[in-house]
Amino acid sequence: MRRALWILAVLLSHWRRHQMQFATLLIGLIAATALWSGVQAINQQARSAYDRAAATFGGARTAMLVALDTATFSQELFIKLRRAGWPVSPILEGRVQINGRSVRLLGIEPVTLPTDVGNAPRLGASDLSSFVAPPGQTLVARETLSDLQQQEGAVPAISSGAILPPLRVLPQLVPGVLVVDIGVAQRLLNKPDQLSRLLIGKAKGKPTSLQSVVGDQLQRVEPDAETELERLTDSFHLNLTAFGLLSFFVGLFIVNSAVGLAFEQRLPMLRTLRACGASARLVNTMLVLELVVLALIAGLIGLVCGYFIAAALLPDVAASLRGLYGAQIPGQLTLRSEWWLAGIGISVVGALVAAATSLIKAIRMPVLATAQPRAWQQVQRRWLILQSAGACAVFAVALLLLYYGQSLIAGFGVLAALMLGAALILPAFLELILLVGQRWAKGPLALWFWADSRQQLSGLSLALMALLLALAVNVGVSTMVETFSRTFIGWLNGRLAADVYISASDNTQGVAIRNWLRERSDVQAILSGGRAEAQVQGQPVELLGLPDHALYRERWPLLEAAPRAWTRLVPGNAAFISEQLSRRLNVRVGDVVEVPAPGGTWELDIVGIYADYGNPKGQLAINVAALIRQFPQTPQTRIGLIVDKNDIPGLISALQKQFALDDRSVADQATVKAESIRIFNRTFAVTSALNAFTLGVAGIALLTSLLTLANSRLPQLAPLWAMGLTRPRLAAIELTKTLSVALFTSLLAVPLGLLVAWCLIAIVNVKAFGWRLPFHVFPLQLVELVAVALLASLLAALLPMLRLARMQPANLVKVFANER
Amino acid sequence: MSAEKISRRAVIGGFAALALTPRAGAQGYAGLGETADGFAKVTAGKVFTFPGDHGPHPEFRIEWWYLTANLVDASGAACGLQWTLFRQAAQPGPQREGWANQQVWMGHAAVTRADTHRFSETFSRGGVGQAGVTAKPFDAWIDDWEMKGLERTDYRTLAPLMLKASATDFSYALTLEADRPMVLQGDRGYSRKSERGQASYYYSQPFYRARGSITIDDKPAEVMGQAWMDREWSSQPLDADQTGWDWLSLHLGSGDKLMLYRLRQKDGQNYPFGNWISAAGETRMIAGSDIQMMPKATADVAGRKLPVEWQIAIPSQSFSILCKPLNPGAWMGTGFSYWEGPISFAGTHDGVGYLELTGY
Amino acid sequence: MLNIKNLSKTFFSAGEPVHVLRGVDLDLAAGERVALTGESGSGKSTLLHLIAGLDAADSGSIRLADIEVTKLSDAGRASLRRDRVGLVFQQFNLIPSLSVADNLAFQARIAGRHDAAWTKELIERLGLRTLLKRYPEQLSGGQQQRVAIGRALATKPSLLLADEPTGNLDEATAEDVLALTRDLVARTGCGFLMVTHSLHLAATLDRHLTLHGGRIA
Repeated sequence: MRRALWILAVLLSHWRRHQMQFATLLIGLIAATALWSGVQAINQQARSAYDRAAATFGGARTAMLVALDTATFSQELFIKLRRAGWPVSPILEGRVQINGRSVRLLGIEPVTLPTDVGNAPRLGASDLSSFVAPPGQTLVARETLSDLQQQEGAVPAISSGAILPPLRVLPQLVPGVLVVDIGVAQRLLNKPDQLSRLLIGKAKGKPTSLQSVVGDQLQRVEPDAETELERLTDSFHLNLTAFGLLSFFVGLFIVNSAVGLAFEQRLPMLRTLRACGASARLVNTMLVLELVVLALIAGLIGLVCGYFIAAALLPDVAASLRGLYGAQIPGQLTLRSEWWLAGIGISVVGALVAAATSLIKAIRMPVLATAQPRAWQQVQRRWLILQSAGACAVFAVALLLLYYGQSLIAGFGVLAALMLGAALILPAFLELILLVGQRWAKGPLALWFWADSRQQLSGLSLALMALLLALAVNVGVSTMVETFSRTFIGWLNGRLAADVYISASDNTQGVAIRNWLRERSDVQAILSGGRAEAQVQGQPVELLGLPDHALYRERWPLLEAAPRAWTRLVPGNAAFISEQLSRRLNVRVGDVVEVPAPGGTWELDIVGIYADYGNPKGQLAINVAALIRQFPQTPQTRIGLIVDKNDIPGLISALQKQFALDDRSVADQATVKAESIRIFNRTFAVTSALNAFTLGVAGIALLTSLLTLANSRLPQLAPLWAMGLTRPRLAAIELTKTLSVALFTSLLAVPLGLLVAWCLIAIVNVKAFGWRLPFHVFPLQLVELVAVALLASLLAALLPMLRLARMQPANLVKVFANER
Repeated sequence: MSAEKISRRAVIGGFAALALTPRAGAQGYAGLGETADGFAKVTAGKVFTFPGDHGPHPEFRIEWWYLTANLVDASGAACGLQWTLFRQAAQPGPQREGWANQQVWMGHAAVTRADTHRFSETFSRGGVGQAGVTAKPFDAWIDDWEMKGLERTDYRTLAPLMLKASATDFSYALTLEADRPMVLQGDRGYSRKSERGQASYYYSQPFYRARGSITIDDKPAEVMGQAWMDREWSSQPLDADQTGWDWLSLHLGSGDKLMLYRLRQKDGQNYPFGNWISAAGETRMIAGSDIQMMPKATADVAGRKLPVEWQIAIPSQSFSILCKPLNPGAWMGTGFSYWEGPISFAGTHDGVGYLELTGY
Repeated sequence: MLNIKNLSKTFFSAGEPVHVLRGVDLDLAAGERVALTGESGSGKSTLLHLIAGLDAADSGSIRLADIEVTKLSDAGRASLRRDRVGLVFQQFNLIPSLSVADNLAFQARIAGRHDAAWTKELIERLGLRTLLKRYPEQLSGGQQQRVAIGRALATKPSLLLADEPTGNLDEATAEDVLALTRDLVARTGCGFLMVTHSLHLAATLDRHLTLHGGRIA
């Protein structure tokens, strides 16, 4: 034991003399662990929120019965089914407005609620009576309470004037939902004796067939292992995970180079240890132990950093998920113990993987150094050929995935394979460039410049690969974001046709506002809209009522349109379809979509396709008058106004005064636009932040590689110095070499990045969101990125070069003095 | 008169509604010792009218329709079944409509053979029709469990009836016939519970002849035998210091029926009661001092020690028997748990019956 | 104390066998100091490595303090080096990250035989007292070799093996270092086998052997 500790102490003593190297190793491990676990923390937070949402008193995790075409059905069916032995529990769902804010209202029946509903929050026995007995309770998550600016126990009114039962916090509840007793829900939503769905519990006996009890009024929906929300948000999390993984690997590159260097430097020490009688097994064990201890320490620090990264990014992630998918994620980070364990584990495993080659070398190391001259050219050639072959194999996989892959994961697979292949083939590419350079070189120094660069390649390649990946991802993502940003803003300009938007609290107020507006001379036009919901081919679809107005014809953007599309919309037998929905239903212009309406099936000719960015639901746009004819329940609360710019502020304040409307209920176009763009920007704030992190980590990888090389390159540089090159000159040549390989790498990263962007836009986006964007290249942005990469390389190369320039001649002489 | 057996039913009835009783557990066992403020009071001298009183009395806090049957199958093997519908009102006052209705219903069903015991429970809110009772035509139901009169049902005998229940691993269906009228327990149906005024309305039909089938694990068996139904309602049936009950309903070979019951108190004392119903349907109360109920053997069930064998003697009636359970494991592991199962007895008299043990 | 019989070792270089040792016989008594000379490539270092268990022989026998070295496992040979053998190399092979004091005590600590009094005596005799806190790179060659000798003798080994210990030192320093080594070897009573090029230094030991054609001449 003491012997083992002594050997460990000796091994560790190395770091005391090489603190920079030690720092590098730790930074690599910390960076890898921090970014990886930060991303994992965010994903975990989101997943548990989806779980909560799905499990909320029987969400998608429970089998259920729903009406075939209508949103609700009679409670009689519930009684019929119970009396036929079906263990069903009723749910009524709807939305209510509190202070202008729309919230989901969920009515449950706690006595029959299946007890095997996943991890649904439970009502304790004693809570049950206060929940059911008048006045009852409104269960809310703490987040919802603060969102609504209410206190526990308060009894807020909804827009209809009805009063909610007293609010009570149920911590496990998903945010954004109010849970009340089924009877209360029927009263609040004004749906007496109506139910939205029936949850199916554990059967008590053998109930009679569904058909024989309720005919075809209800249909069974099997539980989803994965909820709609999870499917929708998958891409987002996959995106985050991909970034986390990338950073993790770049971090491991750093660890790899630091451990490799330390091992090379400690080789004589290891030999001496063995010569002095330390057994190989003990030395190797201690080497592994040392690494594990370092990984544990770095892992812990990394986890703390990861926590802060996650906490810093979470608000943006939450905003993105809410904006994009309507998913409610609590902004407060909560972490499970598994996260800590997994983080530490990944740090240790990562360190071992990164150090594997060095450790294997150490284990196979003979006690006696065999003085074989290293034919580095041969070794390097073999390595290049092998790696290029690997790259080709990976490219082949990418092609296969591109052709045969259908899923989002396949899309990311193409991306991953593309990048891995590019990284693998990079050294061969560089070798080729350098070889050409060597061929064309004139003069001995130039020749040496190219030849030596080639020799350096194997040492730098990992760092260069990291740089290539980071840069390519940066190019790809910024191109995609920029493309999206421009398309989105252009689309928004067309989409926001009216100058002022009003959302009345109910139909009565809507009518009052319209009447009031008609009297005013500053209002040029009143555009009434409306929205209804329907199920089309089993999918929830929004029906958007469009007013018939010249402004819409002029400005509302259509991706594809039949002739006289807008005119054909007016009679009410034609519709535009959103791009997402057209992909999902596989519907083109000229096809017919059947919408189940209260009065029967409504057949709509599709006469146009429009972009509907950021909407998770599919949408059909129809003439608003026709919509109200078919769906009489459609709330007529949305009003758009055409007003002269100068009259807007006065009109808004008059409206607010007259109808006590708050800022949410009335807004001018500029405000709505600014809000949309703000949400959009937050969506990509996380991507940009992770992008920057990755580039930073790649910079560190380059720095450490150069530091590593700088030390081992003294023997190569010393002869040149002895032959009469000054140290600053040598440093300058070295710097030029580093920058030129970095430049070559960056230039290769540009086409790769554009390919990545194309993948993101043409494959991932379409599969994840359902929309395809036009592909733009932004040259200025590319130049900027290459410049940033070169700057990072310059910074990374500067430190070792300054050391070289200032090196004492004695150190160079030493090379000759005790050359081994 | 002794209608004190209400306590045992009340305990179970309390189980159902415990969750919905605002001050549950604050007073007595399962909240049954609560005061009856706001609920209707049980007073002496009520005249029972049928079919009206077969239906619910929602102005009282608790009420039940409780049936046990001692049966044999074609091979002569003994078995038993239980079917119970409990009602409890969460609040007093006028009956509210729809989901706001304050009634809560609970059903228990069980079948017992020497080698197996199966049970199930189900709950329902009142007001919407998932559970309820109508007096005429008589129908008591919760989900697909039902006790239902036929067109020719006589409301004085409450027969014939159809009875059914089904659960995951068992189901049964019986027809019940009887030719003697309902038996009013206690003082013409007024059953006093304590010196402090607790009481219930209580009548029984102990003379049912049963025939039907029991299915356990998809294996049906034809059965026949005798059954006993209790109807009882009250608003405050218990004293706060009562801890549990040992109750027996006995079908004597002679055609006589005997109800025996022992109330245990916190102070360790217990008070036996008894009611003898002749084969002709005449009832005769037995003084508590004349009843000797001695636990003879216990069984370890569900982590408890339960007195499942009893030595019972009533010297004034020259009555002395030893009761043995058909299946000592007849534990009702329901939301609130108790032991209830068929027994057989021998001694000066022999026959079959049901034993119930609560509060252990 | 050391008996070597018929020891052979063959290397392969570019597929061609090179018979370095072809049946070496050598005996060394306790306390005896022997110099071994020979041309470059005559197998001097190989012989030393085989005795120290750094490499495995093809055939023959090496008995060191009644232990058959050729039969030992890898771990056994490590333990032999730890407990019985002191090694001194031309390159000093000090651990650069450890101070002089730690380098000195290093092998004794690994062997679990750290003797503070003996270490102190070694420090005095080798004249290292003022250098204890320095690191190897801050020492001259002679100083480094004195630390290496101290390290090798700190365990009081049965046999001190030195491979060209003065090869990197100037003549005067070499003589000083060798004189010190002779004294210390005499003080501990261990055997001493030194490989050297210098006939002059070889002459200062008890016996002088020459390796030629793979055998002791």
